Amino acid sequence: MDNVIRRRTPAARLGRIAVYAVLLLAALFYLLPLVVMLITSFKPLHEISPGTLLSLPQSPTVEPWVKAWGEACTGMRCEGIGGYFFNSIAIVVPAVLISTVIGALNGYALTKWRFKGSELLFALMLFGCFIPFQVVLLPMAQTLGWLGLSSSRAGLILVHVIFGIAFTTLFFRNFYVAVPTELVSAAKLDGAGFFRIFWRILLPVSAPIIVVSVIWQFTQIWNDFLFGVAFSAHNTQPVTVALNNLVNTSTGTRDYNVDMAAAMIAALPTLLVYVLAGKYFVRGLTAGSVKG
Amino acid sequence: MTIVSHAQERPVRPAARRNAAAHLQDWLPRLVLAPSVAITLFFVYGFMLWTFVLSLTSSRMLPSYDFVGFAQYARLMANDRWWVASTNLVIFGGLFVAICLGIGVMLAILLDQRIRQEGALRTLYLYPMALSFIVTGVVWKWLLNPGLGIQAMVRSWGFESFTFNWIVDPDMAIYTLVLAAVWQASGFVMALFLAGLRGIDDSIIKAAQLDGASLPRTYLRVILPCLRPVMFSAVMILSHIAIKSFDLVVALTGGGPGYATDLPATFMYAHAFTRAQIGLGSASAMLMLGGVLAILIPYLYSELRSRKHG
Repeated sequence: MDNVIRRRTPAARLGRIAVYAVLLLAALFYLLPLVVMLITSFKPLHEISPGTLLSLPQSPTVEPWVKAWGEACTGMRCEGIGGYFFNSIAIVVPAVLISTVIGALNGYALTKWRFKGSELLFALMLFGCFIPFQVVLLPMAQTLGWLGLSSSRAGLILVHVIFGIAFTTLFFRNFYVAVPTELVSAAKLDGAGFFRIFWRILLPVSAPIIVVSVIWQFTQIWNDFLFGVAFSAHNTQPVTVALNNLVNTSTGTRDYNVDMAAAMIAALPTLLVYVLAGKYFVRGLTAGSVKG
Repeated sequence: MTIVSHAQERPVRPAARRNAAAHLQDWLPRLVLAPSVAITLFFVYGFMLWTFVLSLTSSRMLPSYDFVGFAQYARLMANDRWWVASTNLVIFGGLFVAICLGIGVMLAILLDQRIRQEGALRTLYLYPMALSFIVTGVVWKWLLNPGLGIQAMVRSWGFESFTFNWIVDPDMAIYTLVLAAVWQASGFVMALFLAGLRGIDDSIIKAAQLDGASLPRTYLRVILPCLRPVMFSAVMILSHIAIKSFDLVVALTGGGPGYATDLPATFMYAHAFTRAQIGLGSASAMLMLGGVLAILIPYLYSELRSRKHG
């Protein structure tokens, strides 16, 4: 059908080639850092010299990965970033689950049980998506101290839940708005209660938005640096903070291959999620801009 | 959007004992929302107010509450480093938003030309968005390292005088932030616009082409104006990313050379957490909030207006 509109004249053919050339060039631009990161992470240190940025490793080795995981120095300690990787998991999993459950219930209550002022409450909560977090850092530090949660994983989980529910509520609210209200009304007539209706009617259709919310929260919290660096101590730091410390630790020679391996380790979980569930990832990114 | 009144749907229940249960059902939604609302009131609005109060005090190492009026804001205005940070934000934010839009729109339009392997290309353009800014910073720091990165590579190809040492040049370092941030976020703009392009009615395009409009002209005059809301959202989201940029600066340049690449976010963090200037840091945080509101309020206003008219 393409050919009906534009017969392949030489000019059109040239145009096509130009289009593909630009697209491929762009693909190279986006790929280059990942490729360099990967090949550098498999090079022994002596293969890293001026001009070898793109050359493949002569004798590939996983030693940089082993070192990044278990031996490299992050600040004062030299235990690699493996422990911090598990810190991140221990923070991310509960924070994602809790904020998603709260967001689902909020979105349900805001759409299927509207009451006077519920739209206003939504607007009130939505504002939390937009504030620069710098404006809550200092009071948060003090509040965590009062709660006895300073520098703890529990404290970081709390912070991520608090500032995540604005987003999860937005996702679920926009999704549930589009679910027909007739079913819910009928169930109410039959005397079904709040949680029963949620469990039997809303939850079974919620799979896509749960995936969107989980992926969004996972990516946001895994990639967080600001809260991690402000509210953690050396033994509770998330992997992003440890990676930054590792790269900026200036003792002895710089092991660039170890830096790159550490960066890959920190990047793998979110990259994996993106590869496995890209569609939902994009939907989460655009949820803020496309009204439901 | 119509607001359904539940009062009319509820059946009249004669049994008095059901009243308590019905009452509970009435209040349950509010009870479910209550913790989130309370949390938002305290941790978002309360904390904003708290930070504002701190910005009016002489707090240094620890928060203290002896008020000095707007003296911290006056200090901020007289602070060179703050002006560098603010100017940097204007340069960084402006270029970042403009280039992301340019690249994003271009890639979206090109991808919309029935391209083979479109899905694969789209995936490649968008994956940086899944990475942490720290990872992005670490990788680009390596690529931009004059001794071992791109500069050294091009020189080894025989272009001995090729120079690409922005990261160590105080005048150019800010543009390395733009480069890395554009790399990370431009694919996202592409995704937004591609979704927008796919949503446009084909008949409009056909009509324009029947009228003899060339393809570029059709895009420029007919299609892109339809995408104004997408453009608006993209600008909103990108400027928001720009104002909050903190991790990228920390990982890529550390604010350096000197403080040549400081942004308000790193300025705030440095003063509030490492330089024992809590009052000054709070004042800078409030100005950041002001900046966000200056972008957000016109956006929300137009959103609400279009919703009313739409």
